[in-house]
Amino acid sequence: MILGRVAQALPVVAGVVVISFLLTRALPGDPAAYFAGPAADAASIAEIREALGLDKPLIQQFFLYVGDLARGDFGTAISTGQPVAADLAARLPASLELTLCALLLSCAVAVPLGVLAATRPGTWVDHLCRVLVTAGVSMPTFFTGIVLIYVFYYLAGIAPSPLGRLDFIYIEPPHVTGFYLIDAAIAGDFATWLGALKQLVLPATTLALFTLAPIARMTRAAMLSALSADFVRTARAAGLGRRKVLYGYALRNALLPVVTTLGMVFSFTLGANVLVEKVFAWPGIGSYAVEALVVSDYAAVQGFVLAMALLFVLLNLLIDIAYALIDPRIGLS
Amino acid sequence: MADGTATAPAATAAPAKRRGDTALGHIAYVLRDNPVTLIAFAMLAFFLGCAIFGPLLVPFDPLASNAARALEPPSWDHWFGTDSVGRDVFSRVIVATRLDLTISVAAVALSFAIGSVLGSIAGYWGGWIDAVLNRCLDTIMAFPLFVLAMGVVAALGNTIENIIYATAIINIPFYARLVRAEVNIRRHAGFAQAARIAGNGDLRVLAVHIFPNALPPMMVQVSLNLGWAILNAAGLSFIGLGVRPPTPEWGIMVAEGANFIVSGEWWLALFPGLWLMLAVFTFNLLGDGLRDIVDPRKRT
Repeated sequence: MILGRVAQALPVVAGVVVISFLLTRALPGDPAAYFAGPAADAASIAEIREALGLDKPLIQQFFLYVGDLARGDFGTAISTGQPVAADLAARLPASLELTLCALLLSCAVAVPLGVLAATRPGTWVDHLCRVLVTAGVSMPTFFTGIVLIYVFYYLAGIAPSPLGRLDFIYIEPPHVTGFYLIDAAIAGDFATWLGALKQLVLPATTLALFTLAPIARMTRAAMLSALSADFVRTARAAGLGRRKVLYGYALRNALLPVVTTLGMVFSFTLGANVLVEKVFAWPGIGSYAVEALVVSDYAAVQGFVLAMALLFVLLNLLIDIAYALIDPRIGLS
Repeated sequence: MADGTATAPAATAAPAKRRGDTALGHIAYVLRDNPVTLIAFAMLAFFLGCAIFGPLLVPFDPLASNAARALEPPSWDHWFGTDSVGRDVFSRVIVATRLDLTISVAAVALSFAIGSVLGSIAGYWGGWIDAVLNRCLDTIMAFPLFVLAMGVVAALGNTIENIIYATAIINIPFYARLVRAEVNIRRHAGFAQAARIAGNGDLRVLAVHIFPNALPPMMVQVSLNLGWAILNAAGLSFIGLGVRPPTPEWGIMVAEGANFIVSGEWWLALFPGLWLMLAVFTFNLLGDGLRDIVDPRKRT
């Protein structure tokens, strides 16, 4: 059953690879001249063209490219001199830690907000929730981040300087998962754990504000439809308490569409991540891509785009499978 | 979905019947139902005014530097203060409106046109065209959209036109899917059959009889999308793509101002960011308001 769903994702992965191949080959100018560097003469450019397989027909180039990808070879980043795959793998935990914390925070605020609005539809509470979340989604993440830095770092002085994952006074926790919060907890180093948390709060809040709206709105809509369903009426008629009806019956059913929305929200978050990482100098894959863009390191940028797409496909797959496991009515076929 | 399709034609047919009082009737309806939408319309008018007349009205040349008055906080002379080379932030913010709106309107218009054509063809004829189009759209949607836009601009070259193309590409799936669904459910509807029997060709039935029914939900999508397109374009220029530094543009102004925020010069980043946020907020509210009118049950 799960295998069937995985098989459905394969054409999408194939499409993603095709698009990323086209993006790589559409580089401005001659890729061979670009990879040879500015000091290269005609002979060395021709040599590199042959080495990169650029003299072969496009179809053959595509299969070479797929072969490279299959071996985990995303090309070499000019700016760092390292293989792109290694760079991305080293920086991915930082991005994931930020994204996941932001999503958790966002869900923790948005779901109660949606429930609150759904239980009082049409009142000022409902309108206020709506305006608040619309304002949240209208805020450019890079702007929110800057405002938060100004207020909490410059004015209030309670946030640490917005430079990376850990202040220099702390030592990086020993590498286990790459997630500083988990690694520091494993090492039992409470001071470092707190330091990492302090650095994480502002960027995670920035991302969470941006993702409040879709989650809160979906919760509200799903709660409204669940509250008007027959089983809720039956539960009320049977004399169950308000709390039991609301949380035990309506919310549990309303959570399913919310889980589906999380897939779309994750797409938003991965995109917004790039901007937030730049603002907070967060050493994740987003800021890696931005740094690569600045120095026109296209192999790194395209590797990043492909890696993000594959990550996103994988995540949607997991959400679909989780969905089918939660709700037995949904078949995976 | 089934009952949603039943009321949509009625909603579009009713205003057409009594065209004389529709504009007034609609405005009154909008006001009564949701005063927020009126504010959104007023703000839209303001932004359009800035875009059209802004460059004529601003007190300073947005590119003229004045080293003697660099990094001044907001005052009567310079409402939004001055930046690191003494340019007037207020003038730059207002002048930037035209560029930001142009980028987003052009991008949305492109994706509207391409998405309409693709979606109509797929929805009307179905079959393998439909299947292929759906696969292609799935593939585009498989990318985190902002990231795909970055990749497209990096591949095509770092210009404003390519920002527009990239923003258009990532928005096409939304329009194509919407039009496909709206066309698909009506291709065998009574009025379409009648038009065909009356001797209209397939293309004419599709373009004149079926497609206009998709316009009301499309308008909602356009409004929501415009805000999103502005955010997207500003985000791209924030990370250094597209617009070049001396040009006034909100995203790049926030990026420049970000360097001064830790030393307390808040006005450099705050005002362009605020303007950007207001513009996006306007389009989002407008989209919500329009959706309430087009299909009140979709309100969330």
